Amino acid sequence: MVGEFISRGFRGRRQEDPAVAGRIPPGQYLTPGFPVLSAGPTPHTPLMQWDFTIEGAVRPARRWTWDEFRALPSESITVDIHCVTKWSKLDTVWEGVAIDTLLDGVETDGTYVTAFCDGGYTTNLPLADLVDGKAWVAFAYGGEPLAPEHGGPARLLVPHLYFWKSAKWVRGLEITPRDRPGFWESLGYHDYGDPWREQRYQGD
Amino acid sequence: MSEIEDEVTTRLDGNAAAGLLTQVFCAEPSGAVIVCAGCGATAAIGALPAYGLELGAILRCPHCDTAVLRLGAAGATLCLDLRGAVSLRVRIGDSAS
Amino acid sequence: MTLRLESEAWPGHLPGQHVDVRLTAEDGYQAQRSYSIASTPAAGSLALTVEEIAGGEVSPYLSEELRSGDRLELRGPIGGYFTWTEANGGPLLLVAGGSGVAPLMSMLRYRATIGSAIPATLLYSSRAWDEIIYREELERLSADPAVRVIHTLTRSHPDGWDGYTRRVDAAMLEDAAGEPEPGRLAYVCGPTQFVENVASDLVALGYLPTWVKTERFGPTGG
Repeated sequence: MVGEFISRGFRGRRQEDPAVAGRIPPGQYLTPGFPVLSAGPTPHTPLMQWDFTIEGAVRPARRWTWDEFRALPSESITVDIHCVTKWSKLDTVWEGVAIDTLLDGVETDGTYVTAFCDGGYTTNLPLADLVDGKAWVAFAYGGEPLAPEHGGPARLLVPHLYFWKSAKWVRGLEITPRDRPGFWESLGYHDYGDPWREQRYQGD
Repeated sequence: MSEIEDEVTTRLDGNAAAGLLTQVFCAEPSGAVIVCAGCGATAAIGALPAYGLELGAILRCPHCDTAVLRLGAAGATLCLDLRGAVSLRVRIGDSAS
Repeated sequence: MTLRLESEAWPGHLPGQHVDVRLTAEDGYQAQRSYSIASTPAAGSLALTVEEIAGGEVSPYLSEELRSGDRLELRGPIGGYFTWTEANGGPLLLVAGGSGVAPLMSMLRYRATIGSAIPATLLYSSRAWDEIIYREELERLSADPAVRVIHTLTRSHPDGWDGYTRRVDAAMLEDAAGEPEPGRLAYVCGPTQFVENVASDLVALGYLPTWVKTERFGPTGG
């Protein structure tokens, strides 16, 4: 939403690179940094207490301790990420466990998911947007264990949607029959969040 | 520039959300006293730790971290959720500006 | 640095208030930051204190690019909590961490402008002598016998310095503040951890929480 006012000479700190313009969704700008955006204080769950569960409309429900989770096959992922606050970052490198791996052998009639996290954050997505190689539970970024400020020990990674869907400090997925707005979605943000269709807010 | 910002150093408070909140309330609300639905503690909005200021404002009880006031700044719509507060007390007649 | 702004539409402000500054580039890119108003209230003009953050996005623009005659888009004045006028009473204890001194400076300047007799003590933590903002003006203000300015320098100090050289703690607050009595008001402004430590020290010294007002600064502007 831009008014008429222009600040003479202001450019901001974003990078510009015509070679990658096609990879930047509408309304986004490349950033050199990695801004930290949180809805609450950084949780510090000891790994001994950490678990990840798949629950809700599933047979069977699943649960992994940290050691069990880290023993699962994982992969390196290089993706572009796009935050609804308009910054984008290209070629970010993560390591994580594919949601496909976590859902292997799980039967469900549910078509939506609520991801839930330490600190109470939630976000909602269609189940179809988590499977077929589209999403991971990531535990490393840039070759290092994921820092707490960026969601460590593990966060959801769903790069084809705005980054508020890549829930930090994720502890599990609840499969649901209906779409249930999560934390920011209940406060006016879009239920789906496709950056290429600029679905930032409800009604977009 | 460091990619990792220390959360405690950079977290602001309800004063930083006042500009947004004034567009929801008729009066500038940072002096309003809020009662936490989680633990009953009271504090002025301006004194509450604030998070998520890039997307709106999440003001939390400094004692129990309950989100007492949640504001989503979603384009032309401001969405306010006060379920984390028992009540909000505003003194009318005080000049704020 | 100090940014002086003028606008016929500016109504004046209450000491302690801030403005939200928004910058818009030609292609629509926007950045927004909050700045405390450091000047004494006056219709038609205001002064902001901008701490230049190396590599920042907004503060280098404000301190290096902006020139006389340029326009700045801002919203405000904002703030009904972290404000002080003579009607609030006192005595006043102002505790500043670094650039958090800006809103407290507005309070001290206003107090001097109206000739208030309310006693005021400023306890001001800086890293070094040459990083003290408004240093000379604070010396002039402390010519008033009812105003005390106490500096603490936490990283380095000049030869012959006989003042505090440590972070603000309960003992220093007790020396600066004296006994808390009804009517006493404390305003604490600075980085988040500084503010939270000082506020809880004041409460432990006997200040009621309602006597202590806080404003947490981020990396100001940036």
